Amino acid sequence: MYDFAYEKPGSLADAVKLLSADPDAKALAGGQTFIPVLKQRLNRPSTVVDLAKLGLTGITVSGDKVTIAAMTTHATIAASPEIKAKIPGLQHQASLIGDEAVRHRGTIGGSLANNDPAACYPSAVLALNGTIKTDRRSIPADEFFQGMFTTALEPGEIITSVELPVPQKSAYEKFRNPASRYAIVGVFVAKFASGVRLAITGAGQGGVFRHAEFEKALSANFAPEAIAGIATPAEGLNGDIHASPEYRAHLIGVVSKRAVAKAA
Amino acid sequence: MGFEGIGASVRRKEDVRFLSGRGNYTDDINRPGQLHAYIKRADRPHARIDAIDTAAAGKAPGVVRVFTGADIAAENIGGIPCGWQIHNKDGSPMAEPMHPVLAVGKVRHVGDPVAVVIADSRQAAKNAAELIEIDYTDLPAVANLTDAVAAGAPEVHDGVAGNLCYDWVIGDKAVVDGVFASAHRVVKLDLTNNRLIPNAMEPRAAIGDYDTSSGDYTLYTTSQNPHVIRLLMGAFVLHIPENKLRVVAPDVGGGFGSKIYHYAEEAIVTWTAGKVRRPVKWTAERSESFMSDAHGRDHVSTAEMAIDKDGVFLGLRITTLANMGAYLSTFAPAVPTYLYATLLAGVYKTPVIYCNVKAVFTNTVPVDAYRGAGRPEATYLLERLVDAIAYDTGIDKIELRRKNFIPADAFPYQTPVALQYDSGDYQTTLNVALQTAGWDSFEARRAEAKRRGKLRGIGISTYLEACGIAPSAVVGSLGARAGLYEVANIRVHPTGSVTVFTGTHSHGQGHETTLAQLVVDQLGVPLDQVEVVHGDTAKIPFGMGTYGSRSLAVGGSAMVKAMDKIIAKGKKIAAHLLEASVQDIEFKDNTFTVAGTDRSKTLTDVSLAAYVPHNYPIEELEPGLDETAFYDPKNFTFPGGCHIAEVEIDPETGVVEMVNFIAVDDVGRVVNPMIVEGQVQGGVAQGIGQALFESAIYDPDGQLLSGSFMDYTMPRANDIPPLSVATENTMCTHNPLGSKGCGEVGAIGSPPAVMNAVVDALKEYGVRHLEMPATAAKIWSIIQSAQPRIAAE
Repeated sequence: MYDFAYEKPGSLADAVKLLSADPDAKALAGGQTFIPVLKQRLNRPSTVVDLAKLGLTGITVSGDKVTIAAMTTHATIAASPEIKAKIPGLQHQASLIGDEAVRHRGTIGGSLANNDPAACYPSAVLALNGTIKTDRRSIPADEFFQGMFTTALEPGEIITSVELPVPQKSAYEKFRNPASRYAIVGVFVAKFASGVRLAITGAGQGGVFRHAEFEKALSANFAPEAIAGIATPAEGLNGDIHASPEYRAHLIGVVSKRAVAKAA
Repeated sequence: MGFEGIGASVRRKEDVRFLSGRGNYTDDINRPGQLHAYIKRADRPHARIDAIDTAAAGKAPGVVRVFTGADIAAENIGGIPCGWQIHNKDGSPMAEPMHPVLAVGKVRHVGDPVAVVIADSRQAAKNAAELIEIDYTDLPAVANLTDAVAAGAPEVHDGVAGNLCYDWVIGDKAVVDGVFASAHRVVKLDLTNNRLIPNAMEPRAAIGDYDTSSGDYTLYTTSQNPHVIRLLMGAFVLHIPENKLRVVAPDVGGGFGSKIYHYAEEAIVTWTAGKVRRPVKWTAERSESFMSDAHGRDHVSTAEMAIDKDGVFLGLRITTLANMGAYLSTFAPAVPTYLYATLLAGVYKTPVIYCNVKAVFTNTVPVDAYRGAGRPEATYLLERLVDAIAYDTGIDKIELRRKNFIPADAFPYQTPVALQYDSGDYQTTLNVALQTAGWDSFEARRAEAKRRGKLRGIGISTYLEACGIAPSAVVGSLGARAGLYEVANIRVHPTGSVTVFTGTHSHGQGHETTLAQLVVDQLGVPLDQVEVVHGDTAKIPFGMGTYGSRSLAVGGSAMVKAMDKIIAKGKKIAAHLLEASVQDIEFKDNTFTVAGTDRSKTLTDVSLAAYVPHNYPIEELEPGLDETAFYDPKNFTFPGGCHIAEVEIDPETGVVEMVNFIAVDDVGRVVNPMIVEGQVQGGVAQGIGQALFESAIYDPDGQLLSGSFMDYTMPRANDIPPLSVATENTMCTHNPLGSKGCGEVGAIGSPPAVMNAVVDALKEYGVRHLEMPATAAKIWSIIQSAQPRIAAE
């Protein structure tokens, strides 16, 4: 990696100030994507601002909401009895990310801010209709994810937590890339009293997206059969040496059915 | 201390240091005043180098020197040599284009070294390398075999027409064609052996060290054969006499063949160390390993078998294209010829065989031997073809194999493709494997899986391979530019402990234990008093290193010969001490005894007398107890056996799950059953990797698409089912141990077993063959394209 300055501020205000003052400064929130990117010299930040000392960790449950602080690791979420009780799909999802070492370093805030099109969490946050809280505002999930590696975050804006409504039922199913183990297709389904939301990661050229036809059918009948006859078009889906757009389109159906079967 | 000799599963002596992080690998070594090299590599597959500007890099912070191909060309430095010369069918030698240490004039594959920066830190060297400006004119490139041999294909090397390295044949085409013309039936199969990237856990590394007072060079390198590197680099590349060049290969973390070869980086660090008068270290980044370690396999073949009405094999006819990559790696030409075509009889009595191999240059990383080296390609071809014959004729695949097996009483057996097998019993390994696998009850398991929505399949491979490549005179006549003997020096110390200096090299195989057990067995010295030393040309006699599962069969045999000499000399010393005739001295269990008496001397008594020769037959016998033996094998060894795989396929996704794997191998005499089991397990894991996961993918223009672990699928622990590994051994008849070798059997026997299982699982879709790796996406598309036809039926 290239040389850079390293800062580890002790307050959110200081972190925002460091990141806002310098357009080439970058936040470090676990670094399980960022550090490999630096090692490959694909990014050349002037300063790396480590968010580890901001006190942004922990999980709180109040009524029908779960709030996860941004720097909470995947391992913490995967091991949380509260998450398992309230949003079992999210607990399972966290347990599938990377490997043990990655799960003990990577954070939910870091993953959401990066919005890798094959990352797991965006599907959960979008399906659960979560709210991303930052140092300055609250952003609904439907507005937050704006395409591959693109979010609604402004320069210097730091995610502090994510607030997730507790669904009646939830599940995540992941069809892994055999090499990287990222999602080729990852499906998070959440059933609320108001209806079903289903979000897909790994497949779309524009990153995570909701599947309106599946949601409509599942809101009427929350069972795998409800979506069995609905074909997903391959247009707009990713293709690579591991999976064609057509294969991904097919997997969206299979993986979604399995997620519903697991949740139901 | 229990039984520690031949046959004991003693724990590996070396594992204490490996498992506690105390191994001493090349990158762990740091020499005083050491500098670091970073190699600027071609980022494109084929281009003319118009200009290289290193001025800015040379002035960058921490930089000591920058070298390019022009600097190398200005010195008395040769190209990277090839260790095996193949001749074309017309008798002319193969095309052997120059392989420069640093590119001169052109780059020919992504990763080709172009320049090297020497700096006081790795970071400084890498920073400076970014400042090197290279003006390229891109040239058309070719990456895959069929494109490379097509008319009008871009030429990788000027003057190598059609990219053809050689056009080689074995067998009599007219005779074989005649058999085919009159045969009852011919079964044909086109198949590809997928290109693999070895990915040893430890990346390659090298340190060059120049002693300004003596003028001696030392190279520390991740090598499977330090003497071979010293010979190739010293004599052919850098012209350093061997007395002034020491090569050390310390702990090495996996090789699988990829660390046999002499690589440019070894010459670069050694030469530049002399130039800058300071040690120079280079360690590959993982992405460099992907684009600079020799790759493996990469064949495209057409196989045809002529059979009679009962399925008896009458003749085999093969044409193969083999990818050499951009340059000839050390043993590359031998792999698709003498390590491949000579194996095409397999375990079968096919009377006539013809094989034509065209080796082809492409704009890709050089390809060379990778665990199994030619034999996996032969075995995959043959065992898929046998299953295709069963598929086409309806003959049971087990019955078909049995009726064509070379019978156990036919050894020694001369094949039509040069090799003479010394021993084997293919019916027995087959029988044991079938029983262990529950072959006869498989259909019930298939039906049970069907009820769960899964497609279950079973596959078998009955294979043979050749190890301990030899004898030297024979391989020399076939084009090897080296001998293939091995050496051992057995040093009994004054107090009776023993150091073994072996020319073989351990890079994970457990030699420090297995070879020590031979000393326990033959000299009766306890295991903890035996040290095995390897990997340093300053310590060991000239040995050939480790590859081709040769270390025990060849290196162990050299040890037996050396220990025979120790015992013979010890008997003379003991006879003197015991005042007896040497003919009356027996040696057993560490003790020399006068036959029929209780008068005896231990090995320690004898060794002490040998080194403190006060009471010693000094007129007839030299002091000391230190013997060296070279062993040149009389023949290859021929391990073989039977592998059975069971898979389940999820028809909705195409995902293949390995559910069962049985290996019953014949590896000859087993010294340490635990280590043999581990070697077979590792080989099978690599074979499953080739069958289901691994594939080096170049785009048609020569960019490596699977250039990292994000895209190159390595098998992982949870991809490997519980492996049932057993041996049913017949002894090698021509070496003193009876051992055949076990390092490669797993990687050779398993891929066709897995693929035959995958094809079997897909039989309701009318699948006769599919290419490796059997990825989920590939199987899904096969199922998709078959579905309309099934629906129509």
